[in-house]
Amino acid sequence: MQQELATVDQAQQLGLLAEEFDQICSILGRTPNFTELSIYSVMWSEHCSYKNSITWLKTLPKEGSRMLAMAGEENAGLVDIGDGLACCFKIESHNHPSAIEPYQGAATGVGGINRDIFSMGARPIAQLNSLRFGNIDTARTQWLVKGVVKGIGDYGNAFGIPTVGGEVYFDDCYEQNILVNAMSAGIVEVGKSISAAAGPAGNPVYIFGSATGKDGIHGAAFASKDMSEDSINDLPSVQVGDPFWEKLILEASLEIIETGAVVGMQDMGAAGITCSTSEMSAKSDVGMDIWLDKVPMRQSDMKGWELLLSESQERMLVIVQKGEEAAVERIFEKWDLTYAQIGVVTDTKRVRYYMGEDLEADIPAESLVLGGGAPVYKRSWTEPAYFEKIKAFQLENVADLTLEQAQEAARKIVALPNIASKRWVYNQYDSMVGTVNETTNLPSDAAIAKVKGTHKSLALTVDCNSRYIYADPDKGTQIAVAEAARNIRCSGAVPTAISNCLNFGNPYNEEVYYQFKHAIDGMGKACRKFDTPVTGGNVSFYNQSSNGQAVYPTPTIAMLGLLEHESKRLSLNFKQEGDPIVLLGKPENDLGSSQYLAKICGVEYSPCPFFDLDTEYTLHGLLGELAGRESIQSVHDISEGGVFVAAFESALAGGLGFDICSQQEVRLDAWLYGESQSRVLVSCKPEGLESLLSLAAKHGVPALQIGTVTGPRVTVNGSDWGSMSDFELGYSQALPSRLNA
Amino acid sequence: MKFGVVVFPGSNCDQDLIEVLSTYSDQTVEKLWHKDSDLKGCTHIFLPGGFSYGDYLRSGAIAKLSPVMDAVAEHAANGGFVMGICNGFQILCESGLLPGALLRNTSMKFICQNVHLTPGNTELAITKSLEMGQAIEVPIAHGEGRFYCDEQTLAKLEANGQVVFRYCSPEGELGDQHNPNGSLNHIAGICNAGKNVFGMMPHPERCATDFLRNLDGRSVFDGLLA
Repeated sequence: MQQELATVDQAQQLGLLAEEFDQICSILGRTPNFTELSIYSVMWSEHCSYKNSITWLKTLPKEGSRMLAMAGEENAGLVDIGDGLACCFKIESHNHPSAIEPYQGAATGVGGINRDIFSMGARPIAQLNSLRFGNIDTARTQWLVKGVVKGIGDYGNAFGIPTVGGEVYFDDCYEQNILVNAMSAGIVEVGKSISAAAGPAGNPVYIFGSATGKDGIHGAAFASKDMSEDSINDLPSVQVGDPFWEKLILEASLEIIETGAVVGMQDMGAAGITCSTSEMSAKSDVGMDIWLDKVPMRQSDMKGWELLLSESQERMLVIVQKGEEAAVERIFEKWDLTYAQIGVVTDTKRVRYYMGEDLEADIPAESLVLGGGAPVYKRSWTEPAYFEKIKAFQLENVADLTLEQAQEAARKIVALPNIASKRWVYNQYDSMVGTVNETTNLPSDAAIAKVKGTHKSLALTVDCNSRYIYADPDKGTQIAVAEAARNIRCSGAVPTAISNCLNFGNPYNEEVYYQFKHAIDGMGKACRKFDTPVTGGNVSFYNQSSNGQAVYPTPTIAMLGLLEHESKRLSLNFKQEGDPIVLLGKPENDLGSSQYLAKICGVEYSPCPFFDLDTEYTLHGLLGELAGRESIQSVHDISEGGVFVAAFESALAGGLGFDICSQQEVRLDAWLYGESQSRVLVSCKPEGLESLLSLAAKHGVPALQIGTVTGPRVTVNGSDWGSMSDFELGYSQALPSRLNA
Repeated sequence: MKFGVVVFPGSNCDQDLIEVLSTYSDQTVEKLWHKDSDLKGCTHIFLPGGFSYGDYLRSGAIAKLSPVMDAVAEHAANGGFVMGICNGFQILCESGLLPGALLRNTSMKFICQNVHLTPGNTELAITKSLEMGQAIEVPIAHGEGRFYCDEQTLAKLEANGQVVFRYCSPEGELGDQHNPNGSLNHIAGICNAGKNVFGMMPHPERCATDFLRNLDGRSVFDGLLA
């Protein structure tokens, strides 16, 4: 090797620690050259190595009877859904690029998550996303929202997979660091999924898809540091997406798998060729010789390290059975794709990268990867200082509402950005392509996507109320899992597994690490309780500005549920005037971390809402029995905005109204707008009321008729609050008018 | 009667359409690859929705150059049935098989939602099963669906009964508030003077399956059998 040796200064400039540089020297038995150092810097970056998180991630439950691939084993989780089929699903972040270039950042986030799904041989059938922005009234936020939504839409719509659900939140903590988390779910026949394996020595290594350019170099390193004013200098780290190519490589990938010639496949995401070749080598305990000069390039003057680190989008690495090259090449030609054999599998257990005759880097594959030689740290943590302010909250200091004041509050609440209609967002996404979306014409708390050729459907949801988690990382994360499971249950389906996207601040900040550690604890407890193993996901640290403000801890839960049959389906819209409305679950004198308290009363610090895991679990047992009962008309989870907003949403979706009465033992503000957990609003046929109440009693779930479904007016405690259309105006216009869109 | 669905690179509603058409015919619905110029004996040719060639340059502008389009044009010239849905409509306009053009929606945004349609002429192959004034609910999903043409062409389309569908209210009334994209005369679909080439922006294949709980789209395909 001709290159100059690297220095510890260079290592630090690339984001490595001095001791990590020493470790590299000892692994290689010599000082690395610049190319090798660059490789280690990306593979050992937080983004690729999970070095500060893996210790805790390993505590999460991974096993379950339906699990076909466990967390960390493959690009995405694989869950047996019966009928000889499996669902492959995952959620991933694309936060840092989206904060700088919202359109391309979000678009390539969608591209990346879908490649994770089809690189395993599954055809994506549905996608969701979870978005968080800062103050809706700032010009910056408005620019970011418009860019992100257009980016997701343009990419997903052209790629042709429906966007069936998601969530959008606005909170000041996300002003500098927005979060863009994208989820995709696909279907593959059991036994036909493709692993990221390399097979025996001699197998040819192919790259196909787009040509490699200089975009996105060091993207993984960029995602592993705090955002600052200088971040704009990282703009070349942001990749540019092309959904047309993505569609072609989707079809080509699934066709080459059909030939039986594919040994293994992996998409090129973070750290590009480096990551895919080293991970696939390490997984199969082999090596690879890679001829970088053979890689199809967008410009001719690319250097070895640039080719290795480029994160150009829409590229796949595939290992082909030796002798079967013609079969796959024919398919690449059919789809007019750029492709080349760029190397060969070896038995050296080393990845060796050549430019022409020159060996540019020579590294043991195992030393680069998570679970191999990549460093693992356990950071220390301290209880956050702001907890004192939360403990100081006294509900008595908040005056209860009179009925008149409550009416005024109701109009404000339905127009809060976190509660108001997100139609402006989702109408820009094709939600119906693929003809699987069963929620278009019958809405429910979770999105329902048909598994064609069966009676089954996937139930999909993304959930995370990060305000709760900020107040109590452990309990708040239990709630995130519980709410996802409740949404699945309220759709008639059974919670099956989760993928997580863990968005946090800087892990070297001890308070942030406290949030992280305790969030994982809470997630583990809830996932064990609901028997929803964690199939994978990703960790995004450094969602923190240079001024020190971290985002609220945001461990987004992407849950997969299974609806066994159409007949079990539950929906959220009221169906018929005169139907009784029943509240399941106990109302509490609790306004903790509610949208009402935070956004209307302006109280920033208050405890997490009331939650008990066993109570929640009991409720789910009841919901499971409601699925498929003929007398049940609607089921809707009570979340942001409390009982009032739940009733309003069910009424609006049904073109109806409601007349409800509060309970005297609970404050009016808490009864209407409090967000204490484990509660659901049900409407049933009048003749089904008695059996509903007795079924609830049998399960030990408090149940009370609180009102009836009416024509399109809102009535509370006997007072006429106006027509549904008045409320609807505020609800539907809030987002477009405040975004100036 | 044999159905064929053309697959361009970037088509993404081809499979949805094939699934629905399969319920109308005992014969296999043929996939017609864009590089081929053989229509495999199909009597009814469909151009599906999607983003052919990424919609780069202009929607449909590159797809019209695909080898298969010469065969489609010949089939149309011989009076054969051709129907384009969404991107397929855009391709038919670009290739001159239908008049007019599809411009960016007035909102300048992609719009996906259910809308209502009312037939402009119920004597056509795809509207035969409908009645004048009737409204059906069908989804749209497009960024460039605003039908536009010059005044004479518009007058001709109207006079010859070439307006296939118009956007309307759930009750079948016309009005700007029911027109999602700013199309001239609320036009959602048209046909050629020979009434054998059809184009529409809404997606009837997305509301023709039981589990989707809207079957209004079947009325469009029902006409083919009538």
